[in-house]
This record gives sequence, C-alpha cells and structure tokens, in this order.
Amino acid sequence: MKKFLEKAVRWLLTASGFVTSLVILLIIAFLFAEGAGLFREHTIEEGYVLALHGDNPVKEMTAAEIKAVFDEDITSWEALGGPDMPIETFRLEDADKYFPEEQLGAQYENAGRLISSLIASRPGMIAFIPESMADADAGLSFIEDNTISPKEVFAGTEWFPTATPAPLFGMWPLLAGTLWVSFFAILFALPFGISIAVYMAEIASPKVRGFLKPVIELLNGIPSVVYGFFGLIVIVPILQQVFGLPVGESGLAGSIVLAIMALPTIVSVSEDAMRNCPPSLREASLALGATQWQTIYRVVIPSSMSGIASGVVLGIGRAVGETMAVLMVTGNAAVVPTSILEPLRTIPATIAAELGEAPTGGAHYQSLFLLGIILFFITFIINLSVEYISARNKG
Amino acid sequence: MPQNRMNRNKPLIAIITALCIYGQAYAQRIKGSDTLLPLTQELAEDYVEKHPSEEVIVTGGGTGVGIASLMENTTDIAMASRRIKFGEKMEFAEEELQSREVVVAYDALAVVVNPSNPVDSLTREQLEAIFRGKITNWKEVGGTDSKIIVYSRETSSGTYEFFKESVLENKNYMASILSMPATGAIIQSVRQTKGAIGYIGLAYLNPYVKALAVSYDGGEHYAMPSVENAADGSYPIVRPLYYYYDAEREAEVSPFVTYALSPEGQKTVLGQGFIPVDFEK
Repeated sequence: MKKFLEKAVRWLLTASGFVTSLVILLIIAFLFAEGAGLFREHTIEEGYVLALHGDNPVKEMTAAEIKAVFDEDITSWEALGGPDMPIETFRLEDADKYFPEEQLGAQYENAGRLISSLIASRPGMIAFIPESMADADAGLSFIEDNTISPKEVFAGTEWFPTATPAPLFGMWPLLAGTLWVSFFAILFALPFGISIAVYMAEIASPKVRGFLKPVIELLNGIPSVVYGFFGLIVIVPILQQVFGLPVGESGLAGSIVLAIMALPTIVSVSEDAMRNCPPSLREASLALGATQWQTIYRVVIPSSMSGIASGVVLGIGRAVGETMAVLMVTGNAAVVPTSILEPLRTIPATIAAELGEAPTGGAHYQSLFLLGIILFFITFIINLSVEYISARNKG
Repeated sequence: MPQNRMNRNKPLIAIITALCIYGQAYAQRIKGSDTLLPLTQELAEDYVEKHPSEEVIVTGGGTGVGIASLMENTTDIAMASRRIKFGEKMEFAEEELQSREVVVAYDALAVVVNPSNPVDSLTREQLEAIFRGKITNWKEVGGTDSKIIVYSRETSSGTYEFFKESVLENKNYMASILSMPATGAIIQSVRQTKGAIGYIGLAYLNPYVKALAVSYDGGEHYAMPSVENAADGSYPIVRPLYYYYDAEREAEVSPFVTYALSPEGQKTVLGQGFIPVDFEK
C-alpha cells in the first residue's frame, strides 16, 4: 500500500511538471499564432475600399499618408505623387450632405450607384466606402490594399489602432515608454531595496527586524489599482508642484509607483540571500580584523550576489509587466518619451485598456497580442541575463 | 484511482450544470457600455421589483464588448453608446443574425476645464483644433498664456468614438493626447491640472470642474450643457444611447425594453442625468 502511494505521488509530481510546461508552451504558441496574424492583415479596414476618380494616377498610399489625407493634413495630390489638385475626402457618413434621404432610398439601395457616380464626377475625390458600394461600371480606380508591413509596426512612431480608414500600429512609442518607465523604477528601487535588505539582514536587531519585515511584505499585499489611485491622487499633484509641470501624469509618477511596488520583492529576496550567506565566511572575515561594514560589502554582498540579482530581476519583471497602476498615473500618451517628466504609454497599459474593445481576430486585436509577444521577449531576455550572471558568479 | 475521482465528481458536475441551466432560463443578461451601466442597473432593479419572478443581470465592459457578446450569444441585450459599426453589422450578417436597435435615452457630452480657467466658451472649430493639437496655448482662444493639456478617454470607450465623430468630424485625435481609463480619472485630472481640458458625460458634471458653452455655428449661438438645452436641441454634442438585441428573441427581451421606454422608465432616465427619448424634437 505504501509503495503504491509513493508511486502515485511520484506520478502526480511528474504529471504536474509536464502539464505545467505544456500549458506554458501552449500559451506561448497561442500568443504567437494570434500576434503573427497582424502581418497578414490589410492596411485598409476589412470590407472597405479607397476609391478614386479613374484618371487619378495615385495607386499606392501608406497608412500614415491615408491618415494624413483624411485628417486634412495633406490637402493636395501633389504630395502623393499625383497632379497638383486639391484632395476632397468622402466618408459614408457624408452621403446625406450630397444626396437627400429620399434619393438614397429607404434601404439605401441607391447609395452605391449614387456615390460611385459622385466619385467618377470629381477628379480630386478620395472615398472610403464599403466594397459592395463601389460600382464596377463607374470606372473608378482603387488604392492598392497592401498588407501591414513589419517595418511600419516596429519602427512606426504613431499608435492609432482605431483610426479609419487605415489604423496605424507603430509600436515604438509603447516599447520606449515601457523600457523608460521600468528603467527609472529600478533606478529608484534598487538603492533603496538593497539598503533596506542590508539593514535588515546585518544591522537591525531581531526585534526591529521582526517588525520591519512584515511591514515591508505588507506592501506586496496591496492591490495594484490602489497604488494607481494613490499615485493619481497624491504623487501626481506633488510632482506637478515640485517640478512646476503643466501636467503631473508623467513617466516619473509611474516609475515612483512602480518603484514602491517592486520594493518588497527586491527587499525580501535579497535579504533572504544575505541571511543565507554561510556564517563561516562572515566569521572568517571578522576574525581577519575586517570591520562590520567591510564584511558586508566585501564578503556578504558578493557571496549573495546571485540572490540579489534574482530579487532585482523579479522586481524588474513586476515593473515591466505592471498594468493598472501605470495605466492610471502615466497619462497614456502614445509618444516616444524624450524626458521622464512627460506623459508616456506602456505596453501592458495599452493591452489592458484596449483589448476589451478590439474585435476578436481583427488587426487591432492581433496587434495587442504582438505587443504581448514583445513583452514576453523583454522578460525572457532579462531572465536569461540573470541566469548568465548567477552562473558566472558561481564559477 | 483517477476513475474513482471522476465518479465522485460526477454528481457535483451535474449540480453545477443544472444550476447554470436554471440561471440561464430565468435571468436576462444585459451587457455593454459603461455609460449606460448605472441607468440600466436602476431600470433593472425597478423592473425586478415589479416582476419578482424574473431576474436581470447587468454587466459593463464597453460597447464593443456588449455587441461582441450579443454575437456570441452570451448576452440577451447589448447596451451601446454608439451605433453599431458597419463591420459589426457584416459579422452579424455572416452569423445570419439580425440585430434590432432601440434608442433608450440621449446623452450629452460636456467639455470641461479647470475651474480656475477664464475661458467660458469655445466653438466646434476651436475644440477640433485643440483636440487635434493645432491649438496648444490657452491664449489662442482668449485665455491665459498657458499650455493646453488635453485629456481623452481610452479608445475602448464609446464616448471617445462619439466625441471624435461629433467634434473632430472623424479626424484623429493628436498622438500626444492623455488617455484616461475612466470618466472619474478625467474629472480628477482636470480638477488638479490648471491647463486641462477634457470631455465627460453630462451626468458626471460636478462643481470641481467647469463646463464650457459650445457653439456649432461658428460662434453665433453658444449653449451650456444641461438636460433642457440638450432636449430642445440648442446644445449640440448629444448622442443617442442604444439597446441592441437579436430580432429572433424579441419576445424574451421586449418586456424589459418596453419597461425602459415606458413613462416610468424614462423618469429614471431623467433622474440619472440623461435625456428621455420623448424629449426629442
């Protein structure tokens, strides 16, 4: 019976190991399958076309050009390699400006024919209409609908995922925002975290330590949305006053909140590492006449380096992946940050804020999964580098 | 042993399944726009009070979520703060579903600034220029010499779409706009930021932010956002709020929809700061 039980436990342990790995691999596969689909999507929204007058020589436009045209930032065909002629834009909603309701028909059955003939009569017009409404006999020409290119996505600096006719998926501002805010968060959290850990492991009396440790670990139990709200109500106005900023929602507010959130992880992991430093090492150092401080920074810290490093990495992981707190305090402006005092937008905040609305399977949805892949690679690289550091230290 | 466990779990699974089926048979599920959420919740409470045998479950998540759920049949009524998109209609057609649309109320959007701001009114053209980043200083529209900080909602919000459609005439917001996850966050930020401007639903107006009078005819007539001005048509930024449901299941949902449109339901609409349907010209 005992033997059987042992066997069952062993079987269970093996199974749980395999099942977990399998689930993780499946999640990654799912992430890639959804994210890679973005590059198969077309620039122009599905089911729609951009129709031009038949004589217009312009055949191709990038998503950014399409946006500029419909925002009326580009107003002449000359800028797009066409003739010197003003651009007239037409959206389906404009139909009732050109035609009275009764002319369009009760079910809008005449709309396609009327709109097509309108486009055919205006040489400078570009129209964003459903494919079904473009009359084949009207002799219109169409903008070629290319697939979204990786260059536009990874090097693009404009994130307009819901723009019509052509959404823009420039991910560079989001990536830069994430790295920027995490970098500053770690810059703030690291010195504080390690000092607290050294104090608690080496200097504090057991009584003080017994009080401090639970307090710091309490920070871990606070939900991140509470941190976000605290940041918005307290940190943001303070920053606004201290730095005289026109707007307090900034990368700095985000990194301060993240630093507070990453602190308990860094402290408890590195403190445990330092306390696990073999007493023989510490005693040998003291016996050689080193002071307590010399012992700490020449013996204890180097010997527990791998533990400290993993604490830092876990902290970075928390900062990079944190969603709700950042969403509330960074202002979420999708621009490439040039200073930490400006609003910025991070990848997790973008995914959290937009996934709810993005239609399943659409380009927007897939672009959010692609952002997830980027986030996955960032943490993956961080993990690898830590393994490398701790392996080198052991050697 | 594993087989044993399965057998033990069987009755439990059966009970859970039964509970689910029981719940589904009697509860009406309503899902979608967060703008409509408080109103629909109150309507549902009153409705259930009248019809104790029925159950109504109301959840938010945004207009897009509601409409997607309607398609996947995980909700009976979708609340929407914008009209169903062409693309969504196409998807309905693919599933051979036909959606029915009912306007339950109208909602006005107020443009708000910090109370310390001397600017009282703006035209649509000025608002468009501000939200598109063409005007960046308050002195260009008659205010003090300070930077304009523009707050917007997230792209998932129906309010975002409607403001873009009505005020920006479908052009895009500037890239550096600050997008906030909720109306409450916009109010908080506008309240504590001197040069701020943002937009919120009429029902959310409070003394901590200052509403602006808006003109859609180039500055000839300005109107303050209020239920009366929105109802008589003088305030221009007004949108209809919809319920969508599957035409085939009209019989199941119609008691609730009828209640929402009844004089009693419309009184609740007014009480929540929305404009009742029959107020329409």
